[in-house]
Parts: sequence; C-alpha cells; structure tokens
Amino acid sequence: MLAVLLALAPIVLLLLSWRFDQSDIWAHLLATQLPTLLRNTLVLVVGVGVGVSLLGVALAWLTAMCEFPGRRFFDWALMLPLAVPAYVLGFAALGIFDFSGPLQQSLQGLLGERYQFVDVRGEVMVVAVMVLVLYPYVYMLSRSAFLAQSSDVIEAARILGLGRWGVFCKVELPMARPAIVAGVSLALMETLADFGTVAVFNYDTFTTAIYKSWFALFNLQAAAQLASVLLLFVALALAGERYSRGRRSFVQSVRRQRRQRLLLPQPQAFAASAFCALILLLAFISPLLQLLHWAVGEGLDALNSRYFALLKHTLLLGGAAALTTVMVALMLAFNRRRAAPHLRVFFDLGTLGYALPGSVLAVGLMLCFALLDREVIAPLQGALGLVSAPVLLGSVGALVVAYCIRFLAVASGPVQASLERIGDNIPEAAASLGAKRWRLLRHIYLPMLRPGLLTAAVLVLVDVMKEMPATLLLRPFGWDTLAVRVYEMTSEGEWQRAALPALTLVVVGLVPVVLALRQSSAGR
Amino acid sequence: MRNLLPVIFVPLLLLGCEPAPEAQQLAAVASKEAPLVVYSARKEHLIKPLFDRFTEQTGIAVSYITDSSGPLLARLQAEGKSTPADMLITVDAGNLWQAQKVGVLSPINSPILTTNVPAHLRDPNDSWFALTIRARTIVYASDRVDPAAELSSYEALGEPQWRGRLCLRSSKKVYNQSLVATMIAAQGEFATEAVVSGWVANLAMDPFANDSKVMEAIAAGQCDVGIVNTYYYGRLIKQQPELALALFWPNQLGEGAAGRGTHINISGAGVTAHSRQKARAQQLLEWLSEEPAQLMLMELNREAAVNPRVAPLPDMLAWGVFKADAVAVSEAGRLQVDAVKLMDRAGYR
Repeated sequence: MLAVLLALAPIVLLLLSWRFDQSDIWAHLLATQLPTLLRNTLVLVVGVGVGVSLLGVALAWLTAMCEFPGRRFFDWALMLPLAVPAYVLGFAALGIFDFSGPLQQSLQGLLGERYQFVDVRGEVMVVAVMVLVLYPYVYMLSRSAFLAQSSDVIEAARILGLGRWGVFCKVELPMARPAIVAGVSLALMETLADFGTVAVFNYDTFTTAIYKSWFALFNLQAAAQLASVLLLFVALALAGERYSRGRRSFVQSVRRQRRQRLLLPQPQAFAASAFCALILLLAFISPLLQLLHWAVGEGLDALNSRYFALLKHTLLLGGAAALTTVMVALMLAFNRRRAAPHLRVFFDLGTLGYALPGSVLAVGLMLCFALLDREVIAPLQGALGLVSAPVLLGSVGALVVAYCIRFLAVASGPVQASLERIGDNIPEAAASLGAKRWRLLRHIYLPMLRPGLLTAAVLVLVDVMKEMPATLLLRPFGWDTLAVRVYEMTSEGEWQRAALPALTLVVVGLVPVVLALRQSSAGR
Repeated sequence: MRNLLPVIFVPLLLLGCEPAPEAQQLAAVASKEAPLVVYSARKEHLIKPLFDRFTEQTGIAVSYITDSSGPLLARLQAEGKSTPADMLITVDAGNLWQAQKVGVLSPINSPILTTNVPAHLRDPNDSWFALTIRARTIVYASDRVDPAAELSSYEALGEPQWRGRLCLRSSKKVYNQSLVATMIAAQGEFATEAVVSGWVANLAMDPFANDSKVMEAIAAGQCDVGIVNTYYYGRLIKQQPELALALFWPNQLGEGAAGRGTHINISGAGVTAHSRQKARAQQLLEWLSEEPAQLMLMELNREAAVNPRVAPLPDMLAWGVFKADAVAVSEAGRLQVDAVKLMDRAGYR
C-alpha cells in the first residue's frame, strides 16, 4: 500500500502542474508540431507493438516448443539484446548503415558514380531499432509462459483433432496471453518514454515535445502537463486490455511436464536456425562489434581503478534495486490478488510511471524527496539540535527507492503473469493441511513463481544498469556508474570514448542473464 | 528463492566491502573542512582535472555531480535554502540566464573576475561568468565551394543559390537556439524568420543529431555547407586529416548586422544563492578565470579562453583569427524562447 502511494506521488505532482495556465505553450505546440508528433508517435507505437509481438512470440515459440539445430544456444542468446541500451543500438546502426558507414561506402566503391547515397534515418529504421532492442521483453515473458504450459492441455487438444497451427492459435497463444501482453506493454511504455534513440534519428515524438518544453522553453510545468497527457493514454490502453480480457482465467496445471518438443523437418529447421541467427546478428553482434571497434581504436587507457569503481557502483545499485523491486512487486501482486476486483485498478496505477520519460519521473521523485527533506526531516533535525542538511536527496537509499518506482512495472509484469497461472486450489490445499503463511510462501508460492521472479530480477537489474536520468539526478557524490560515464561521453559527441563503458555495460549485463538462464533451465 | 538469492547477492557480496568514496578520501586528505560542492553540466572528463589541480594548490577539496542543465536547475530550486551546492557550472548562455532568472545564483563583487571576463561575456548583475568561448561557424567542402566568391554570412545560407546544398544540426540543440537568438538580437524577428525559412528550404537532408554527422555528410558529398562548433571540427580533422573540409568565419565584413562578427557561445559558472561558503566558492571561480586554469580548459576541449590575456592554442590559431559577435551573451539567453518558437514556425526541426 505504501509502495503504491510512493509510486503514485510523482504522478500526483504531474497532475498538480495543471494549476498553472500554460495555454500559450499548448497553442504554440498545437500550431507548429503537435499533429506531426502525434502521427509519429502513433506510427512508432503501432510499428513497435506489432514488431515486438511477432518477433518476440515467434522466437519464444520456436525455442520453447520446437527442436532445431542450435536451439539450446539461441534459447539464451536471444535474450542478450536486452543488455544493449536502445540508443547504443541506434547509434551503432547509424554507424553501419549511414552514408559514411562501411555498407554504403562499399556500395559506392562497387557502383561508382551511379550509386546514390540513401538517407536511412527514416521511420522504418527507428521502428526496426526499437523492435530489436525491445523484443526481449516479449521473448522472455512469453518464453517462460510457453515453458510453463501444461502438456496435458496440448495433448488433449491434439487428440481432439486440432492441427499444429490450430493448437498454437487456439490453445498455446491464448494461454500465454497475460505474459505476452505484459511484455508488449513494457516494450510500448519504454517506446513512449524513449528520448535518446529517437533523438539519434531526429525523429520527433510526443516525448520530444516534453523535452522541448522543459529544456528549450524552460517550462517544466508545461512539460509536466504534456507528460500527464501521455500517461492518460497509457492508462486508457492498459485499462482497455484488462477489460477485453474479461473474466477469463489463466490457471494451469503445474504437474511436472514431460515435454515432447516438435522436431522440425530439415528445411524448416534450417530456416528457424537462420532466422534466430539473423536476429541475433542484427540486435546484438553487430552493435557489439561496432562498440569493440570504437573501444579498440580509442585504447584501454581508461581502464584504471576509477573505472572499476564505476563497475562496482553499477553492480551494487543494480543488485540492491533488483532485490527491492522484486520483493515489492511480489508483495503488490499478492495484495492485488486478494483485493476486490474493482480495487485492483489501484495497484495497476503504481506501474504507470514506466511510461514517463525518465527525466520527468526523476524530477518528480527528486521533488518528492526534496519536499520530505524540507518539511519533515529538516524540522526534525532542528529539534534535535543538528545542522539541517538534505538526508534523502543524494542518498543511496533514495536512489534505490527511485529505481524501485521506475522499474516496478518491469518486475510486476513477470511476477503477476506467473502468479495468475497458480490457481487457488493448491495454496488452499496446503493451508487446509495446516501450512501457515510463511510456509505457504516458502514451499508453495516461491518454487512455483521462481521462473517469473528470476525473469523480473534480471530485467530490473539490467534496466537499472542502463538507467541514466534518475542516476544522474539522485546519485550521491562520487557514485558514478557506467551509464553515467556513457552519458557524459555521448552528450559531448564522443562516441568512441563512450564505447568502452557501453561495452562493459553490455558484457556485465550478460552475466545475470546467463546466470538466470542456468537457474531456470536447471529446474527442468 | 534460495536459488534466486545467489544471482543477486553474489555481485553484492563480491563488491560489498565498500571503501570510502573517492570524494571523501580526497576531502579527508585535503582539509578537515567540508568540500566545495559543484553541480556541473560540464562533464567529468572536462572538469575533474581542473578540480584536482585546484585542490592541489589550495587544499580545498571539491566534490561534484554532473547532469544536464535542466535537472540540475530543478534540483537547485527544489533544495532551496538547504542545498549543498556552492557552485553551478553549465554550458550555454540560455541556461545561465535562466538560472539567474529563477534566483539560484548570487551576484559576486570580484575585481579579479571583472578583469578576467569581458563585460559582454558575463551577467549584467555579475551572477554568472563565462569560462570558455565556443565559436559556431560555417564549415564547407573545400573541393566544391569557393569561399571568397560564395560565402559571406549565416544569413546568406538562406539564399536560393544554396538550394539542396545545406546541412544543419537539429534545432533542438541549444547551440542553434543561441545562434538564432543572437540573429533576432541583431536584426529582429521578422528578418530572422525569413532567413531560417530560407535555411529550411535549402536543406539537402533532414537535420542531423550532432555536428559530426553534419561534417560527415558534407565530406560524403551529400551537401556543401553546414554550421558547426569549431571544436567538433578540430576533433574530426584530428582523426581524419584527409577530409576536404574547411572553416569559414561569417559576418566579418560590412556594416551593422551583416558585419557583427561570428556567433560565439559560452560555458560559464556562478556561485549559488544559498551557498554556505561563498568566499571559497568565489575563490574557485576566480581561479578558473586565471591563466593556468584557462589554459587547461582550452586543452581539454579545444575551446577558446574567456580571459583576453590567454592566447589561443597553435592548432586553433591555424583556423584563422576572426571577429566575434560582441552582443552580450545574456541577450541570447533572454531571446532563446523566442528563437525556439521561431524555428518551430519556420519548420526547422
């Protein structure tokens, strides 16, 4: 309850911005760019939504349900793009496909004067980059949903005469729906909040208007009003999905499964391997090689003790935030499950913050902490005869709370999706056998929820490591992270020097992904 | 859960033995007093060497956080009287002007600063002072453009002869906002809007995300001219000396607006209104305006020194001497919002 209230605080602050009349800014934006921005945003959301759904579900189904050469490798490798920050892929893609990049330069070398350079910074490229970076959300969530699906149901469907395609459409896909929707919502919320990637392509979206109002027109109030409009749309979309889901239940048997993977015949198996390899190449290997190329060109002088301090801070903050956020998400999910259906909406509100542009949420949180420091802690310090100084702002604790609020949606998705698969009968049976609350949690829920919790922890850990705006604004003195270093270099246009920290970020991000995979496959 | 814990705790435990952060170590070595606290929109690699030298010379420790200007300013405002910050360092006149306007900076009466920083490069009330100057000038393809015959001013780039030959960076970058703001200061909104519309009509390609891409596009033959900050040019030419690119200083000849000089922007700093150690903060600011620090600033980012007694570096001199626009940079701050709206109206993205 407290967690939800805390998560809602920045949103309430946003709404308070409507006290001020900013109609001149609105009139200006409406007259000059808002129609284009809305159109661009719509294109981006639809494109990314369709893209991540198709790609994420297809890949998850292939690796979870079928057997083809290299499946074991792709099973975990396809999650790796998660560790690549979106703007890094954007910049690497531009570096490769731009007219000064190797591809177009060699084309010109081949064709000579007849070759016309192509400006690749179009809508297609923006959507493609976002899809390649964000599909792992859908992939990871639907993969664990497919893996958890009861083979009894699938076998029953086959016996009743459904073909392979029929089973997929009528049984497997609908059963995985909560997980798929959770993944797609995460991807879309991140798309709406993104500023860095679209800026690389000079593609203006609604978020561009938010930043323009704040940074260029010096009007934080107008920016907050724009951001709250954005949130309204997200809330409506999420509510719509919940409504259309109706009263369907997604409870499944959790009997140990003896899964018989579908053995793909020769040409199809080859196509599946090639497809997975292509995606991996585009989304992970090519940006990695580009970063490596830059990092080697720049030399490794930066690898000193300060550099390892960055690494340490990154891991400490990421680990603490992952642990806290998953615990909070689990608590929320339990409370939400017990709450009356009409109250459940309240819990969903707490996760809306993920759709806010990072800087806007960070400032909202900063204002909350500053308010607490000023109105609660400073008088307290005064009463105790201490020098009043900000305690929350610029403390590790506040930063972890900020991460928790920002990434609650990320953790809630997998946790809730896996909780929905557990019916009431098992906990009830255990309770009737005398299991008390903690025993129930420890011996029933946690083992059954483990894949979901692991997914949530990895997602949060990797996201926190990549996070910039909140880290920048709320970090204690000296607590720079790898993402901070990447920001400092890229904002000065020094992409070559940003390559080493970015590369480290990707490599370090791999560790939890791989570890979690080991854990989740060990149980099977 | 038992299996989940190691995933999270292993990194925590491995790194759990946290020694004191470096800032504190420095502070402990340097002095028993509280360190000076700086909020900086200039990035660590451009300020840390300076602070290290300052601490070496004076024994005053400096701790800092970096972020972009908007969030730092919001934090200063939110913290109010209890802010730990003693100094704000930021780039661009618009941001400094805004900081002064919302009252987070404190005016300083310092003969050293008024000598070292020319009047048009500081706040009229001496709340902030420029530290470095960056010129924003014209870059052209030296194999396709005859500068003497074709180039003259920023305004001339809006004329029809440049149709399909101009590349620009996005108007969302503050450098372009400042440039247009000083154009408004020189010749009014009406004439400026006509020029900016001309630029948009002449664009060979959609505006770019950064100055380097503008120059790469010119080098690749996509367009013939662009507008960039000199230090980006310096950086690119150092990496790829073979590129056929050269700089041109616009608005050098003629009367009034036409000959007002090349546009310059600044990075600068001010002491915060609620600093508890204003005297020491002022000491740091004065130190930054003196010759040794100014030399370091130039070397770190290839920007020109604000202190008129400090000569440019040899490679910067090779770009030629130029007349800089002498308009007060605070004007660029005052007119920035107008400039942004004007560029929006002209369709400059």
